[in-house]
Amino acid sequence: MAYADDAEHEELHEPTSFISKYVWSQDHKVIAIQYSLIAIFVGLVALVLSAMMRMQIGFPESIDMDSTEYYQAMTMHGMIMVIYLLTALFLGGFGNYLIPLMVGARDMVFPFVNMLSVWFYLLSVLVLLASFFVPGGPTGAGWTLYPPQAITQGTPGAEWGIILMLVSLIIFIVAATMGGLNYVTTVLQARTHGMTMFRMPLTVWGIFVATILALLAFPALFVSGIMMLLDTTIGTSFFMPDMFSPNQGTALDYTGGSPILFQHLFWFFGHPEVYIVALPAFGLVSDLISVHARRSIFGYRMMVWAIVVIGVLSFVVWAHHMYVSGMNPYFGFFFAVTTLVIAVPTALKVYNWLLTLWRGNIHLTVPMLFSLAFIVTFLVGGLTGLFLGNVVVDIPLSDTYFVVAHFHMVMGVAPVLVVFGSIYHWYPKITGRMLHDGIGKLHFWITFLGTYLIYFPMHYLGFLGMPRRYYAWEGYQVINPESAQSLNAFITVMAIIVGISQLLFLFNMVYSYFKGKPSGGNPWKATSLEWLTPETPPKHGNWGPSLPVVHRWAYDYGVPGAALDYTPQTTSGEEVPIHESDHNE
Amino acid sequence: MLAQTTSMPLTGDPSDIARRSASAKTGLYFLMAAISSMFFLFLLSYILRSQVSDWEALSEPWQPLAGTWQLWINTALLLVASISFEMARRDIDRPQQSNTRQFLWLAGLSSLGFLIGQLVFWRYLMDRGFLATTNPANAFFFLLTGLHALHIVGGMVAWTVASRRLSAISQEAGSKSVALAKLSIELCARYSHFLLVVWMLLFALLSSSPGTYAAIARFCGFGE
Repeated sequence: MAYADDAEHEELHEPTSFISKYVWSQDHKVIAIQYSLIAIFVGLVALVLSAMMRMQIGFPESIDMDSTEYYQAMTMHGMIMVIYLLTALFLGGFGNYLIPLMVGARDMVFPFVNMLSVWFYLLSVLVLLASFFVPGGPTGAGWTLYPPQAITQGTPGAEWGIILMLVSLIIFIVAATMGGLNYVTTVLQARTHGMTMFRMPLTVWGIFVATILALLAFPALFVSGIMMLLDTTIGTSFFMPDMFSPNQGTALDYTGGSPILFQHLFWFFGHPEVYIVALPAFGLVSDLISVHARRSIFGYRMMVWAIVVIGVLSFVVWAHHMYVSGMNPYFGFFFAVTTLVIAVPTALKVYNWLLTLWRGNIHLTVPMLFSLAFIVTFLVGGLTGLFLGNVVVDIPLSDTYFVVAHFHMVMGVAPVLVVFGSIYHWYPKITGRMLHDGIGKLHFWITFLGTYLIYFPMHYLGFLGMPRRYYAWEGYQVINPESAQSLNAFITVMAIIVGISQLLFLFNMVYSYFKGKPSGGNPWKATSLEWLTPETPPKHGNWGPSLPVVHRWAYDYGVPGAALDYTPQTTSGEEVPIHESDHNE
Repeated sequence: MLAQTTSMPLTGDPSDIARRSASAKTGLYFLMAAISSMFFLFLLSYILRSQVSDWEALSEPWQPLAGTWQLWINTALLLVASISFEMARRDIDRPQQSNTRQFLWLAGLSSLGFLIGQLVFWRYLMDRGFLATTNPANAFFFLLTGLHALHIVGGMVAWTVASRRLSAISQEAGSKSVALAKLSIELCARYSHFLLVVWMLLFALLSSSPGTYAAIARFCGFGE
């Protein structure tokens, strides 16, 4: 632990001015909050877009929206939620805040690069949002941006919107890479005394492996983004095939490009992206469950290896997003098998969460409620994934609401439930105050039940054969009978209720910041290092003059012979015996 | 309950160089992994796209890459840069650092020479009507060499930092400034070796025959 020896004696240059403390800050905690606030803001934009779409589907007469605007809203909603909200929040937000605190470091190892990362992220968001204000508006190509449609005249935003989208994505990837280099290097190089890899909380493991996925998978989006940008701007034919203009019927200048190549590149990024979001959620929820059930996590090493195996497998399943694009049946078989195999380590994790809860002292706190909701939701979303992973089942269900319901459950609602649970859990450390419990529970129940009332009916609509991406149903009663329209109207009502209920959460965050009950340093009586800082919120440098010394894993709850039901990681084996699960002694 | 903490005894130099060195090297390795991922995906795209009938390989006998002497000169420059960085890295450990500065200059100049050489070759292609839009093979050539050159430019920025740190040694002689300069040069050297390998792969691929592309495509499952 040469790092810790040196870091202890490093001079701390605490920022003094407002600008250096809160704006051009290199402190990982401030950067985490900057990342989170930007992500939540842009996420709210995407939430409003989804409400507009639902109004158009449920009550078309009540909103003045044409097909162009509908597709633009759909595209921006999808891209913002997946990339600019979830990825940024899990890695830039939680990663930045928790990694140094949980491994016992003073900061990230490259603070300046870390600061650049958040500013590049902000720039990418601004470029993206600028597309609302350019001629033609933002791109309406669908969040997958498939060529040739995405850059062909006639598609909404084919003039400027798509260019800004691609530029924004490229900037985002630069930001994510700069942040990612920090996260992995900090985990590998900046752990404190005694903090071995297998003593790290699962949160750190989840974010660590997700970051490695991001570093290797985002280049695929970068590559496809650059090539499509060149196809759009200077007229190369990387992806654009020979084709006629849909408007004039004249031949375009493109020759021989391969739209399927784009799909391969996009999904080589796109599927690991699912796990870039899911793995941090897995890690965070493991810690939430363990703390609020007062039980050591069941099968810690199995959990770590499951995260690693899922990460590796996520690189060999991408073409299950392309079954309907046509492929050699043997490839289809291969990708179906790898897709189903990934269910094994994932199921192990679900079982381990359940076994952690088993005979635990379950406290139904708000973070625990969100964690339990996550397990159920992830299970539901995962099971419908088994349907869609099979080629023969996927083909009839493809492009129906079943797919929409599936991916919203598994990578929309499930990770967002973890985000909420984690914010309720760590807010006291970030601000020194508790979030209001009653408002939190109300927020939870509306969000949890509401999302089920939104997405369960969508599965049925999908089975009925109701296709995605239709913006209006006049003249299509065959595929949208009266009963389906009623269900759609119901879904819209629930979506609006759930959307508005998020104001409770925002209100709670602001209200509790000023009026919340003071939390003290360790309100949940947790064992991991971030709860053991000398000050709450932690000051610059996190640990005061000396770094903490770690003697045990992060999950010692209810150790026989201990006076308390939790034993912090800094408690030595002489005071409380080391748990036999910690093999590192 | 607050953290139980300990004050570890000072061990040797209290400077944080060892820590920065290990972190910087780890960070560089992951950066190189990300860059490798990017070029690997570009190369796969290149192979897949090369199997479409409109592809006219630049290596065909009547095409500009049938003779590659200009690119060989550029390759030699990049090789000199890489070797010079390595010599600079080795020399700084010797008591008389007499040659480090010269090697570092040589590395910088030959890197710059490589960039100019690549630009000259771009000009040569464009003057003969081989534009990015005229054939996908041309587009890939410009794109891949351009991105590689951008990474060299990034390396030049690091080279500037290394040079400044080396100059700082003479002004404030001390183990810390030497260690900082050494770290910078070491990182530059590794990055430069990496970019040399990337370039050699790119060069080999860009100048290969259509038959080679077809064979790789078959191997990857793209072919007939």
